[in-house]
Amino acid sequence: MEPTNTAQTTLADPELFDRHLSGRENLPAWWLERKKEAWKRFLDLPMPNRKNEEWRFANVNAITLDGFSLPEPDPAAEAEALEQSTDFADHAGRLVFVNDRLAAHDPVGEELAARGVIWMPLEQAVAEHPDLLRRHFMAQPIELGSGKFSALHTALCSAGGFLYVPKGVEIEKPLVAFHWTASDQTAVFPHSLVIADPASKVTLIDCHYSTEGQTRNFITGVNDLYAGEGANLAYLGVQKWSRRSLAFQLNSTQAMRDSTVTSLNLNLGGKLARSENHSQAMGEGCRNEMLSLTVANGNQEFDQRTLQTHLAPNTTSDLLYKNALLDEARTLFSGLIRVAHEAQRTDAYQTNRNLLLNPAAEANSLPGLEILANDVKCSHGATTGQIEPEQIFYLAARGIPREVAHELLVFGFLDEVLEKFGRENLAEELRAHIRGKFGRS
Amino acid sequence: MNQLEIKNLNVSVAGNEILKDFELTLPKGEVHAIMGPNGTGKSTLAKALAGHPDYEITSGEILLDGESILEMEPDERARAGLFMAFQYPSEIPGVSIANFIRAALQARLAEGEEMEATAFYRRLYEKMDMLKIDRKFTSRSVNEGFSGGEKKRNEILQMAMLEPKFAVLDETDSGLDIDALKVVSEGVNALRGEGLGILVITHYQRLLNYIVPDKVHVMWDGRIVQSGDKDLALKLEEKGYDWVKTELAPA
Repeated sequence: MEPTNTAQTTLADPELFDRHLSGRENLPAWWLERKKEAWKRFLDLPMPNRKNEEWRFANVNAITLDGFSLPEPDPAAEAEALEQSTDFADHAGRLVFVNDRLAAHDPVGEELAARGVIWMPLEQAVAEHPDLLRRHFMAQPIELGSGKFSALHTALCSAGGFLYVPKGVEIEKPLVAFHWTASDQTAVFPHSLVIADPASKVTLIDCHYSTEGQTRNFITGVNDLYAGEGANLAYLGVQKWSRRSLAFQLNSTQAMRDSTVTSLNLNLGGKLARSENHSQAMGEGCRNEMLSLTVANGNQEFDQRTLQTHLAPNTTSDLLYKNALLDEARTLFSGLIRVAHEAQRTDAYQTNRNLLLNPAAEANSLPGLEILANDVKCSHGATTGQIEPEQIFYLAARGIPREVAHELLVFGFLDEVLEKFGRENLAEELRAHIRGKFGRS
Repeated sequence: MNQLEIKNLNVSVAGNEILKDFELTLPKGEVHAIMGPNGTGKSTLAKALAGHPDYEITSGEILLDGESILEMEPDERARAGLFMAFQYPSEIPGVSIANFIRAALQARLAEGEEMEATAFYRRLYEKMDMLKIDRKFTSRSVNEGFSGGEKKRNEILQMAMLEPKFAVLDETDSGLDIDALKVVSEGVNALRGEGLGILVITHYQRLLNYIVPDKVHVMWDGRIVQSGDKDLALKLEEKGYDWVKTELAPA
């Protein structure tokens, strides 16, 4: 049931921004200045409109700033969420944020710290490592439509993981950042920033969770990855926001010469979840692998926009987005490969595959290419398959209940992405999350 | 009680009445064959038993060990002990044979009970060897890119693994060359026993050279018009289905 005071709060309330700033006066002036500029930009920019190419076919009517405010401290909820922050337990360091408040910080071990690895909450990094932050925080171009929400994020973001890996340092175990929503009608702004210097190796996992399945939350998350020359950077995002949430996730990657960046986003939660994923091939010989898995059920909507920009020659990007749709769920994939004039011998692939397990589900696909170089290998493909009633009957005739049949078919469909991602120990945890979506764990 | 009883069964498909007061009793431990020309309702019988939603049972009763299965969903019927080997098995993309059979067996266990993986694979390989199925098939997607013979052997493999009380083999011989027919028949024969009743539906007599039935029923226009021992199949082969039409069909 909608609370009656919904109309009284809005994220565009100047008082809300003042409240965010209060208590942050000690942060560096440049940081606060950026926030103020961003807040103004946020207010000035219009709400999304379907007439804009980036919002074509989007359910813009479902996007609202109203009915949300910033979370108040809630020690009980924080304790509960912290207790549940047990996924990916074999990690090299952990951060837990609940309602955008820091609840736990497990630093990296002494050896990594001695070698210069930085793993700390964003606001601490702002104070302690201003040069890195000034250069890299929200420094990526916003190309996929969410300029307004990006500005809002810059203005209100406080919770995040900052990870810096110096040259030549390889970290085998992942770093894990938990971001929880734990109260109704609140907004959070999770941030992740990874700077992997040349020849380093690291994996970051973002866990975007809600303590309750039915809280109504507004989330604008950002994740920016910088892979220096020859670095190997992997990112895993697990999105399980509550079922009534409105979520934006804006991810950008810059890959320098000979680096490899692999990202996998598992999308399970939210009412309407929009993701914008932009990879930029900046240096010769780099490789961007962009993977996504979505299981959409009920009346969930997933709106996915991707851009693969190739700015340097001999670069590769490979995108595979797979969406499994049940019930009356809806997905929209819109992808673009953009190859600059000088980016000769680019290999760029973009594949979106959808599986409809119910005729009432709806998958849309808008693939696109924009190629200025003349010596490239680019392809895009989109397919939507449907599970036929005869296939379900066949499974039933072996004694397999409908739910389990759906689960088997979804796993059969999605497993290709997990195999591409490799990292079997992580993949196994992802499978458990997917199983959880089918009400079994 | 230890039998599958079909009583006065009337089944229609898209408003057309296909089975008409169909009667059959299949005791455990026996193999019965149903023969008949195309379009006489043989496959409808199989689908109706398995609970296919397109096959509407307008009246009659199906009792499995004395219990009615009419109100059961297809998966419940299967777990109650009914198995159908499909004439045209579906392809299940992305689901390996091993995972498929495991899920089917898991569905038969109580909540929270887990299958032991080693024992499962040992049994699976044993049955695969019996059916001369290459172990590489374990990880292949169910029926995807399988030849006709491979699909049918896969059906019998599932039957062997699921250990039903009653099995209906719907035109299992169709699309099989003589070698595949022998392998499939040997597989079925190996499963014959006290605890299993088998209904073999076929158009041709040749399958019954390998799976020798205890009883043969001849079907015409939605009902059984003659029953006999295995010699009836030979007689039918000799005289052809015109004989059924002219001699056996009710006036």
